[in-house]
Amino acid sequence: MRRHVTAYGFLSAALVVFAVFSWYPIVRGVVLSFQQVNFVTSPDWVGWENFERLFADPLFGVAWRNTLYFTLLALLLGFGVPFLTAVVLNELRHAKGYFRLLVYLPVMLPPVVTALLWKWFYDPGPGLFNSVLRGLGLPTSQWLDSSSTSMISLVLVITWANMGSATLIYLAALQTIPGELYEAADLDGAGIVKKVWHVTIPQTKFVILMLLLLQVVATMQIFTEPFIMTGGGPEESTVTVLLLLYRYAFYYNDFGTASALSLILFAVLGVFSFLYLKITKKAGA
Amino acid sequence: MRTLTRGTGPVYWIVLAGTLVLFTAAFLLPLVWVLLGAFKPPAELAQQPPTILPRTWEPGAYVDAWNYMDLGRFFLNTFVVAIGAWAVQMAVIVPAAYALSKLRPIFGNVVMGLMLATLMLPSTAVLVPVYLTLTDLDLLNNPAGIWLPAAANALNVYLLKRFFDQIPEELLEAARIDGANTWTTLVRIVLPISRPILAVVSIFAVVAAWKDFIWPLLVFPDPAKQTLSVALQRFAPDTPINLLLAGLVLASLPMVALFLAFQRHILAGLTAGGVKG
Repeated sequence: MRRHVTAYGFLSAALVVFAVFSWYPIVRGVVLSFQQVNFVTSPDWVGWENFERLFADPLFGVAWRNTLYFTLLALLLGFGVPFLTAVVLNELRHAKGYFRLLVYLPVMLPPVVTALLWKWFYDPGPGLFNSVLRGLGLPTSQWLDSSSTSMISLVLVITWANMGSATLIYLAALQTIPGELYEAADLDGAGIVKKVWHVTIPQTKFVILMLLLLQVVATMQIFTEPFIMTGGGPEESTVTVLLLLYRYAFYYNDFGTASALSLILFAVLGVFSFLYLKITKKAGA
Repeated sequence: MRTLTRGTGPVYWIVLAGTLVLFTAAFLLPLVWVLLGAFKPPAELAQQPPTILPRTWEPGAYVDAWNYMDLGRFFLNTFVVAIGAWAVQMAVIVPAAYALSKLRPIFGNVVMGLMLATLMLPSTAVLVPVYLTLTDLDLLNNPAGIWLPAAANALNVYLLKRFFDQIPEELLEAARIDGANTWTTLVRIVLPISRPILAVVSIFAVVAAWKDFIWPLLVFPDPAKQTLSVALQRFAPDTPINLLLAGLVLASLPMVALFLAFQRHILAGLTAGGVKG
């Protein structure tokens, strides 16, 4: 009995912060989705009105389309590039520390700093990128200033800023692959591409899948970069779900509709999070 | 160890050289470009094609940026937020993980399960309700509005608990026989053994707090209370570009220094299960 009392004494602070800032907000978020909140009178129950307002908002479709497009681009780049980088780095036996240091350096920069720096690089006039392109005699781009390239420009930023973690996690996974597997493949006369396909990828399948799911969950919540670099423009081409949520909550003070949008986002991301937990459990990680 | 290629021939050296050039160009040059850019006067920054080295060196930009944006205040605010977030989180999760691992109370598994369930929740899904709760508790413009929600970190509870689980029972039993109570056992036996995991969890807690943007943006409407990230994005539209660049460099220095000092811990922590960012 005393053991239980002592244990709950040690747990009490955690129980309080989890209850107030995690468990209760989950319940409150669901409740808010069906309420009209205005801070003056007590909240009113409005049924599905908040959801109806969302579905009637043309930006709702735009935000989801943008977010899915962004997630897809981020997967193609942010998923393929770190894996290939890790495969190459794993072969190199020189300057290992230097490579690791460099690839992880951007991860340490505050996202606001990275976003403001890249905004400067992207400047179509004297910006770094167009200056380099001009110097090489290549065509320049409008980058963030055109609705056709704005999203890919944001994807480049987040890939640059975040690929360090994924690269180093892949690298650690690659180092656990037994050397005999490659020796056996050599005996079979397999080339590099065949070895990557038949040995490297199957052997790191679990890590790949885990990072893939984490990345989907993270990229679908993208906020800081569009908020700072484009504000959702041009022509709403970079309005993401979270940016729309922020507008509802903090521009229109419509916390009910913002919560309804959170609930929808949660339902979508919940599927990915659930798969992630399933996989981690299965691997006993 | 055997890897994909045997590589010592000319192809190996070409790939190595190519990777060196590519990495330096992609990750180091942009940062050097900014460092140099801050030394150039605004007129020089606007010209095409750009100068590589500053034609006129203006080292004063760093001092001017500090004064123009009142960076000292925002550095202090950010330190308070980050160090406080770390201290509060440790005070909350270390005893909790210890209780769940070694004291094994009734319903302990249920508590751990409920905590882990919050990991499935994307942090932004509770943006509005947590914000309203902070408003109700009058925690806006108060660093505690960052510290307390950040302390509810299920992943770190789990990482600590998993580490504590590996500490042999006999060690704690021996301490108990020597007359140590539960608290002294935690402080004298468990914590010293757990230094590696505590270092990893601590560094990631500080880095996360320093890098955070959306929560400080919501919690600190009062400009005087803001963190560096929030203040920089507020100043960005109407600050001379050379001063802004200097400000961005200054705001990154503590994290770069932290990385260089604790590189080994940070890179080890990445693969120790601290995957979730």
